Amino acid sequence: MCLAIPGKVESISGDDPLTRMGKINFGGILKEASLAYVPEVKVGDYVIVHVGFALSRVDEEEAHKVFGYLKEMEELAELEDSDTEPPPRRDKP
Amino acid sequence: MEFNATCPIPISQYPRVLMAHGGGGKLMHQLIGKMFLAAFDNPLLETQRDSTVVEWTGRKLAFTTDSYVVRPIFFPGGDIGSMAIHGTVNDLAMSGARPLYLSSAFIIEEGLPMDTLWRVVCSMRDAARRCGVQIITGDTKVVDQGKGDGLLINTSGIGVVEHEQKIAPQNIQPGDVVLINGDLARHGMAIMAVREGLAFESRIESDSAPVHDEVFSLIDAGIEIHCLRDLTRGGLASALNEIAEASGRRIQVVEKSVPVREDVHAACEMLGLDPLHVACEGRFAAFIAAKDADRALTILRRQAAGAEAAVIGRVAENSGPLVTLQSAIGASRILDMPSGEQLPRIC
Amino acid sequence: MKYLDEYRDGDQAHQFAREIHRITTRPWNIMEVCGGQTHAIVKFGIDELLPKFITLIHGPGCPVCVTPLEMIDKALELASRPDVIFTSFGDMLRVPGSTTDLLSVKATGGDVRIVYSPLDAVKIAEQNPAREVVFFGVGFETTAPATAMAIFQAAQKGLKNFSMLVSHVLVPPAIEALMSSPNCKVQGFLAAGHVCTVMGYEEYPPLAAKYHVPIVVTGFEPLDILHGVLMVVQQFESGRAEVENQYTRSVRREGNRPAQELIHKVFKVVARKWRGVGEIPQSGLGLNDPYAGFDAEKKFGLADHHVDEPADCLSGLVLQGQIKPHECPAFGTKCTPEHPLGATMVSSEGACAAYYRYRRQN
Repeated sequence: MCLAIPGKVESISGDDPLTRMGKINFGGILKEASLAYVPEVKVGDYVIVHVGFALSRVDEEEAHKVFGYLKEMEELAELEDSDTEPPPRRDKP
Repeated sequence: MEFNATCPIPISQYPRVLMAHGGGGKLMHQLIGKMFLAAFDNPLLETQRDSTVVEWTGRKLAFTTDSYVVRPIFFPGGDIGSMAIHGTVNDLAMSGARPLYLSSAFIIEEGLPMDTLWRVVCSMRDAARRCGVQIITGDTKVVDQGKGDGLLINTSGIGVVEHEQKIAPQNIQPGDVVLINGDLARHGMAIMAVREGLAFESRIESDSAPVHDEVFSLIDAGIEIHCLRDLTRGGLASALNEIAEASGRRIQVVEKSVPVREDVHAACEMLGLDPLHVACEGRFAAFIAAKDADRALTILRRQAAGAEAAVIGRVAENSGPLVTLQSAIGASRILDMPSGEQLPRIC
Repeated sequence: MKYLDEYRDGDQAHQFAREIHRITTRPWNIMEVCGGQTHAIVKFGIDELLPKFITLIHGPGCPVCVTPLEMIDKALELASRPDVIFTSFGDMLRVPGSTTDLLSVKATGGDVRIVYSPLDAVKIAEQNPAREVVFFGVGFETTAPATAMAIFQAAQKGLKNFSMLVSHVLVPPAIEALMSSPNCKVQGFLAAGHVCTVMGYEEYPPLAAKYHVPIVVTGFEPLDILHGVLMVVQQFESGRAEVENQYTRSVRREGNRPAQELIHKVFKVVARKWRGVGEIPQSGLGLNDPYAGFDAEKKFGLADHHVDEPADCLSGLVLQGQIKPHECPAFGTKCTPEHPLGATMVSSEGACAAYYRYRRQN
C-alpha cells in the first residue's frame, strides 16, 4: 500500500510551517503538496509524496547506494572464478 | 420459435446498470455479449468489429455507430464534438473504409449554455471538413436537467471499402506483428488532468485525431493487414483482449516496447493507473503479416502523426485466447481486460 | 521519472536475482507486509526471478482489504444520506459491504466523490457549508499524517460540517499478531517502506529479537524488493535476526517526527477489527477527545453491529499468509474482480485480485 512517488520541488509558498505548500514536478506534471512534514526541504529537493503530502526528502546520496552495491557485486563476480548458474529466464509464457 | 423473456444479465448480481457497464472492460463486454449480441443475433454482428462491412449491389460498404459522453466537454486537445467525428471516422478506418457520410444525433441536457453547444458544433464542422466527410442527417432531443450529463452525441458513419484485404480478427495468424501508431494513454490522462478532485497541471493533450490517412498509407503500399482495432476506452489492454477473444489467438506484448510519454507515465504513477488500461483516441493496433512489419513501421513513422509508432508484440504460435505481457524486468504475466472504470488509488 | 524508473532496470534486477541464487542454500519463507509490494511483485513478476527455495508470502498490508465489513456498511449508510457529500480515496469505491458498495450508491444518486487528498475533502466542506461532508479515513500509518492534518485544519477553520469515518490500522501490532499465531510460517519480513518513512523502525527490534526474524525495511520498486530479499536471505544464511533498512533514500530510523507529533495530537491508539483476521488490540487509530466532534460515527449516531463474512470467503487466511489465492475454492469461480466475495479480490493490491489479473494461467 501507500502509493507514494518522488517529485522535484519547483516552488514553495506559505509562511506558516503547517500550511507550507510546494509545487511538485513529477516527470513533467505539476501538483501541489503540503510540505508541513518536511520543514527542511528547499526548492530543488526531491520529496516522496503520498495523497498530497510530502513525507520525506529523498536522500540523493542514499538513492545511489543501491547502484553502488550492484557495481561492487559485479566487480566481485568478475574477480571470482564464477561457476554460478544464472537464474532461469522465462523467454515465453 | 422459442422466446426467452428472462434477462440474461444476472439480476441478483446487477439489478441496475452501473458505470462500469460502459467502461470498456469486462462488465461492458458481458453486457454486450449476453444481452445485445444474444438478442440481435445475426452473422454480421458476430464479426464484432469496429465497423461492419456489408456487400451491397456489388460494392462493400462499412457502417458503424458510436456515442460520446465525456466530462468535461472541453478538455486539453479536443472536445466532445471533435471526438465524435474522429471516433466514428476511425471506426470506419478500422475496416480500411474511406469515410463518406456521418449522422449526428444530439441529446442535450436542459440548461446547457447555448454558447457551449455552438462551440461543440463548430468543432464538429471543422473536424468533419478535415476528415473529408459530410454530416448528412441528424436528430435533436432535449432532456430534463440532471438526466443528460450535459451533452451526449451519437454519430453513425458510412464508408466505402475499395481494397480487397479481409481485415478482421479471424484473419490473424501466428507470427503476425502487432504495431501501434503512437504513444498511449494521452486521452485518459488529459481528462484526468482537468477532472475535479484529481486535477493537476500538465501539458498532456488528448490524442484525439483521425487515423484514416495512416491506415490508407499502409493499404496503398500493399502492406498485408490482418486486423485493425482502434484503442478507446479500456486502452490497449481492452482492445487486445477483444481481439484475442474474437480470434482465439495468444498475443504477446513487450512492456518496454510500448511508448508512453514521460508526463503521461508520471500522471499514471501518481494516480496509480496502468497506462495500458487508460483510454486513447487517435491510436490503433495493427496486426501485420511478419514479412511486411518493418515496411509498415517505416511508413507510419514517416508521417507526423505516426512518429512514435512502434512494434509492441506478436501473435504466438500457441493457442489462446490470451494476452500476455513481458514486464520491464523480463518476467511474464497476463495482461487482463480491465475491470470497469479506472479508479485512482492510494494503495 | 527520477528516483523511480531507475529502480525498474531489468539487467540490474537479474543481477540481484543471480546473487540471491548464489547464496541461498535452504528453503526460506519471507513475508512482504505491504500490499503495494505485493502488487509490484506480481505485476513485474519479481518472484519468478527468485530461486524456488524462496517463498514470498503476501501479508495483510492492504488497508482496503482489512477495513471491517461493519465499517464499509457505515460508509454506505452515510453515503446514502441526501444531506451528505461522501468523499473517499478511489480504492474504497468497489469494496463490497454486506449488500452493496459505494460505486453502486453513487449510481443510485448518492453524492460520492473521489478525492486525491484528505485536504480536498476539507475544501469541499468549506465550499458547501449547507451540506455535511464526510471523509473515509482508511489507510496505514502512511496516510495518518494526511488525515491528521485534515482534522487539524478543519478544527482551526472552525468547520462544523466536516467529519471523518476513521478506520486507520497500524502495522507492528499486525506483525505481532501474525507471528504469535501457531500456524505462522513466516521466517523473515520485508517491512513496509512508506509506513516506516512516517513511523521509523524503532518498534521493530523487539519483534525481531522475540521471534528471531530478520526484518528489512524495503521500498516498492523491483530493485528495492530484490535488494530487500537479498538482505533478508543474507541474514537467514548467517543466522542473524536484525532490523535493517534497504529503503534508505526515504526512511530514517526515527521516521518523520513532525508527522508523528501531529498523529499523536489528533489520534489515539485503539483496538481495531481487521477484516478476515479479527480484532487486534491496540492496532488502530481513533480520534482524540479534543477532536471527537469530527468523528462521523459519533456525529451521525452510527450504531455498532456485527456482520458475518460470506462463508465461502477465505480472504482472512490469504491475509494471514496461510493460503495462496488460487488455493481458495471460490477463486476464479464464485469470486472474481467483477463479483468479489471479499476485499482481497476487489482491492487492486489485494493478493487475490493480483493473482487473478496477472496469474490466471497457473
